[in-house]
Amino acid sequence: MEVEPRLLLVDLLREVLDLTGTHIGCDTSYCGACTVLLNGRSVKSCTIFAVQTDGGEIHTVEGLAREGNLHPVQQAFAECHGLQCGYCTPGFLMSTCQLLAGNPNPGDAAIRRALAGNTCRCTGYQNIFKAVRAAAAMMMSGDGRR
Amino acid sequence: MYPAAFQYFRAQSIEGAIHRLSELGEDARPLAGGQSLVPLMKLRFSRPSALVDLGFLPGLSYVRTENGTLRLGALTCHADVEESDAASRIPILHDCAAGIADVQVRNRGTIGGSIAEADPSGDWMPALLALDTEVRCVGPKGDRTVPLPEFVCDAFTTVLELGELVREAIVRFPAKGSGGAYIAFKRSAPVYATVSAAVQLRLGKNDVCEDCRIVLGCVGLTAIRARDAEMQLTGRPLTAHSIDHAVEAAMAAAEPEPDLRGSADYKRVLLGALVRRAIDAAARRARGEQVEVHHEYIGRS
Repeated sequence: MEVEPRLLLVDLLREVLDLTGTHIGCDTSYCGACTVLLNGRSVKSCTIFAVQTDGGEIHTVEGLAREGNLHPVQQAFAECHGLQCGYCTPGFLMSTCQLLAGNPNPGDAAIRRALAGNTCRCTGYQNIFKAVRAAAAMMMSGDGRR
Repeated sequence: MYPAAFQYFRAQSIEGAIHRLSELGEDARPLAGGQSLVPLMKLRFSRPSALVDLGFLPGLSYVRTENGTLRLGALTCHADVEESDAASRIPILHDCAAGIADVQVRNRGTIGGSIAEADPSGDWMPALLALDTEVRCVGPKGDRTVPLPEFVCDAFTTVLELGELVREAIVRFPAKGSGGAYIAFKRSAPVYATVSAAVQLRLGKNDVCEDCRIVLGCVGLTAIRARDAEMQLTGRPLTAHSIDHAVEAAMAAAEPEPDLRGSADYKRVLLGALVRRAIDAAARRARGEQVEVHHEYIGRS
């Protein structure tokens, strides 16, 4: 694939590949709505040129559910009402995935640190914390898909 | 938002990058993690005609110890410094790395990029200036190693010449009995600090402060070494009294500008509180205590 150098990763995903699950929120590297995983690490896709990710592995929210089954993190956000309008949710899901990959049973302080780069203007974060704890429990007990 | 169009070159070797940047001239910029440059370009505050992408260069991301020094490769991202066992032997470095912006930015932003940018609001400068740090540069005229205080000239200005790049940061391990801490206050996690303070001090017999550096961030065109404040501590036992004097002297040394992060008076008062906390944490670490230090922002706890 050939892209213009100034094409941002988020625009490659949304406009070229039609993967609109990744959202543009602030567009200034603040809000984290555009968070995706690049080679397993969370990044803000509004602050990377697509060319910088050449040859890399990108995971977006579209890749979480498999065969019609929600990923445990998605399931937990749904069950715990970890969202209201849902605009920031794809970013929160990807940040949560990165957190749980490195720390399967995070305490509240670790959750706060891990989600500090994601902004939610609806929930007040309480249910997001519940969802992250529930997802961790689900994944450790082997419930859910993984 | 998208930036103005630019030519893109991907460097295959550091020599190739130097050659390309020298050829392209002043309008071209090197691109490392891009966590400062890309937002600036999107806002069109920066409009380079060309970018030379250093991100694919091998062998420039490492933290290793060598002859009593810690060597940090220019492309080491903040998250890798945060997670490095070698770097955590100098706690002030861990304080700094772990507090920069948020996880996503720490996964991309690099220590070399931050040093080369010399943003007066950046976190690395105060922390690295509290230690003995040298910057190894490589450019068209070859290799040179510059002490960090001489490397930074002014806000966003360094001694780097056309085509010259930061290769690594070399930090001398502090002497036994030395402890340090870096604390920044920011309005929220992802933003630049409002004010920050770095302290590295060495305590001897009877808690006498034998050596001390106090560096202030975000309150001047460059990070400011508060030498009058250091003199208040050096050569005498560390007491509530001497700390009060050091805090006062640090506040006097600051040159804060009012902006949307706060008034000059507010920043000066905030700075006093941070310097006091950093001295306390540094002293406790110097005495061998394990002390956790965090950047302060709303929502942290």
